[in-house]
Amino acid sequence: MSQAVLKLKKVIVDFSGFKAINQLDFTVKPNCVHFVIGPNGAGKTTLLDVICAKTKATTGEIKLHSTKELSKLSEDQIVHQGISRKFQAPSIFQNLSVIDNLEIAMKQKKNLFSMMKAKWTKEQKKKINEMLELVGLKEVKGQLAGSLAHGQKQWLEIAMVLMQEPDIVLLDEPIAGMSKKERDKTGELITKIARDRAVLIVEHDMDFVKEYADIVSVMHEGQLLFEGSMEEVQNDPTVREVYLGRKVEENVVN
Amino acid sequence: MQNTIYQKIWSQRVILNLIFLLLLAAPLFLSDFRLNLLGKFLAFAILAIGLDLLWGYTGVLSLGHGIFFGLGAYCMAMYLKLEATGGGLPDFMAWSGMSELPLIWIPFQYPIVAIILGILLPAIIAFMLGYLTFRNRISGVYFTILSQALVLVVVTLFVGSQNLTGGSSGLTNFNTFFGFSVNSATTQTAFYIITVIVLGLVFFLSRKLVKGRFGKILVGIRDGENRMRFLGYSPSAYKTFIYTLSAAIAGLAGMLFVLQVGIISPTMIGIIPSIEMVLWVALGGRGTLIGPVIGAVLVNAAKTGFSESYPDIWTYFLGLLFVLVVVFLPKGITGLFEKWNDRRKKQDVSSSVEVEKSYS
Amino acid sequence: MNEIILTLFNGVSLGSILLLIALGLAITFGLMNVINMAHGELIMIGAYITYVIQNIFINYAPPEYFDLYFIISIPVALIVAASIGMLLEVSLIRHLYKRPLDSLLATWGVGLILQQTARSIFGAPNVGVTSPSFLSGGLELGSLILPYSRLFILGLSIICLISIYIYFFRTASGRRVRAVMQNRQMAECLGVSTRKVDMLTFAIGSGFAGVAGCALTLLGAIGPTIGTSYIIDAFMVVVVGGVGALFGAVSGAFGIGILNTVFEYVTNATLGKVLIFIVIIAFLQWRPSGLVMSRSRSLD
Repeated sequence: MSQAVLKLKKVIVDFSGFKAINQLDFTVKPNCVHFVIGPNGAGKTTLLDVICAKTKATTGEIKLHSTKELSKLSEDQIVHQGISRKFQAPSIFQNLSVIDNLEIAMKQKKNLFSMMKAKWTKEQKKKINEMLELVGLKEVKGQLAGSLAHGQKQWLEIAMVLMQEPDIVLLDEPIAGMSKKERDKTGELITKIARDRAVLIVEHDMDFVKEYADIVSVMHEGQLLFEGSMEEVQNDPTVREVYLGRKVEENVVN
Repeated sequence: MQNTIYQKIWSQRVILNLIFLLLLAAPLFLSDFRLNLLGKFLAFAILAIGLDLLWGYTGVLSLGHGIFFGLGAYCMAMYLKLEATGGGLPDFMAWSGMSELPLIWIPFQYPIVAIILGILLPAIIAFMLGYLTFRNRISGVYFTILSQALVLVVVTLFVGSQNLTGGSSGLTNFNTFFGFSVNSATTQTAFYIITVIVLGLVFFLSRKLVKGRFGKILVGIRDGENRMRFLGYSPSAYKTFIYTLSAAIAGLAGMLFVLQVGIISPTMIGIIPSIEMVLWVALGGRGTLIGPVIGAVLVNAAKTGFSESYPDIWTYFLGLLFVLVVVFLPKGITGLFEKWNDRRKKQDVSSSVEVEKSYS
Repeated sequence: MNEIILTLFNGVSLGSILLLIALGLAITFGLMNVINMAHGELIMIGAYITYVIQNIFINYAPPEYFDLYFIISIPVALIVAASIGMLLEVSLIRHLYKRPLDSLLATWGVGLILQQTARSIFGAPNVGVTSPSFLSGGLELGSLILPYSRLFILGLSIICLISIYIYFFRTASGRRVRAVMQNRQMAECLGVSTRKVDMLTFAIGSGFAGVAGCALTLLGAIGPTIGTSYIIDAFMVVVVGGVGALFGAVSGAFGIGILNTVFEYVTNATLGKVLIFIVIIAFLQWRPSGLVMSRSRSLD
């Protein structure tokens, strides 16, 4: 495995006394599908939040390519560092067409003045067409995003994340509410995009994790409990205890 | 499919051009009195376009545009006043015992400076308030309240500085503009034509702005400001820009207003006029640019017709209009048109389907 | 020295008036996120009710009972304003909960209609209300005289504050309101009727506007626009105080009240207004979400 693209060091996120993330060290490697699992309240979503600056770290450092410190940057600056995030609930722009959604998501200079003179280039058109092809939204490209089916909305949002050509993709429960067929398609896509970037995914669906994970991190009470392949995770006694512990005891008592 | 979209745009453009030409030709068939009224309404329409950029497209509601309108109007009025006194002290200053022209009045001796300041001053104030609030992510109703507080502050300041602004009676009694008598019919027609041209320009440029990628970003900010941050945009910069731009447009409108109406006073720029401006946009249809123009003309035409003979009924009507538009017509008059158009199109489609069926 | 104390007292007095008005707003705006622009007109209604009851007493009651009119006016103003508020919520505002800016515009329209109605009934000029005899005069402190009417308003605002606190934090009904405002779906699942709670909360907020209107009659003549002159300041109190926080509203009200009076004393009424606005904007640079920040994990 090559060098880390993203490194969190002793990060603490404190919500007025409640430490959602507590002294967390965490590493993201390139070209990997990296899943984060753990019980509710383990701090998985907060981990994504703190990376993309939705939440500020109380203390600790977050380093990109072991040089660039991220914890002081704002959300939009993080995006320009090559980190893109997909939220759990589809948050596309309902009143814009599919193609408009991709147009504003696309990697480009996004400050006020370059936007005022922004014009379509051939390359941009090509990129958007390829993306529409990839996620299968070509037929509906002119429709308002609000009129899409739920699965299509999820796809559109993934496409919007990819249009930013990020080095690191953060996905929060990407397959929630998808049919079996749509999940398989999503899984394939994730494998495909991970060929040249890192993909960090928070997911509850263990079958999905098992099928597509390169690395699995288990979080518990704001800390990293275990990291390894899915097989290693399943065989680890501490993980079993956290996930199944109480149940095992109850069974014994009964 | 491609063809019908093309046709739609084409027909829209034709209609807009026709309206523009009709407005330009209005001096040929309207009496001086009516032309002057229409010119006043069109000055309001210019402001409404700016307000629509801000509210309709970017989702920021300002209840303080009367102030920007007023700043533009006062800048122009100060110049006109100095023209009228021929370099001497304006009457109200002499009454309040001043012997020398105050410092802030001096630049307004020059018409070009007055015109530039009439656009620049509102822009600067809007930029400062916008920058300081949007930067801290103060938005939605909080910003709206602050924008209204700004009105209260500025109006108090204008009323209170009797010796600088003419107090609550404002500025009036003008004579000439660039040496032309402002009261002659020819000059007034010229002011009207200038207003129509400015309206056309502001409309055309605004349309250009919102039809491109920039407009899509504004809609994105309106519908999901936080999401836009995670796409790499800084919404506060865009909001500050649009707020500043729409304040500048309001200042421009204020200048054209004062040239044609010949008076500006604090009651014309206060809290109630400011919120009425929002009604023009809401009634016409926000986020359409043409709607607010229609709304501004309609509301003010109704007001002129009504309020002189029945001021009480007008206030009831105005109040009721606010409620009705918000509850029953959130998309305004243009929304009604769209609905009607859609229905007609659906009928077209269904009838053509039937035709196909009968042929197959 | 005396002047300083007097300025401070006037500041506290203005603060207490703002608090009285802002308490109602803190409920409708702070808890429900509804900007009720007609709040000022509910204040006006409270003031005119006091005026009407006074006239009834002048015409029909024996003069020795005249002072009673004020005691009766407070609960009547509360109930009438609350009922009008409830009516407003049921007929209009509940359709607009998801569109805060639109509810602002619609309630402004309602406010205009109410104002014009008052003008038609009572005429445009201001009318005077004679303060009850027990509130005329003042407390003498050395050479200073602190008017009883202002002291009374201070006391009234404190009583209102305490009763709001007790209601929201010490009764089952108040707990239900807080539950709905914090997590609507969850409260609904637990069997709380959110419709009723919305209606009730809005009525309570409106009722306090009526009480405030009643108190304002002690300070001078009343007219159809009496509410509008205070309402923007009161909204600023809520913005500065932090939304949904009683403590914030209290410190916001007294902060703005005292600063306003001090600025006006040091400069003049006009510049005072400008300065207070600048201070508020500067304050929001430091604390964008107001004095009392509510932290939450939900998006937006």
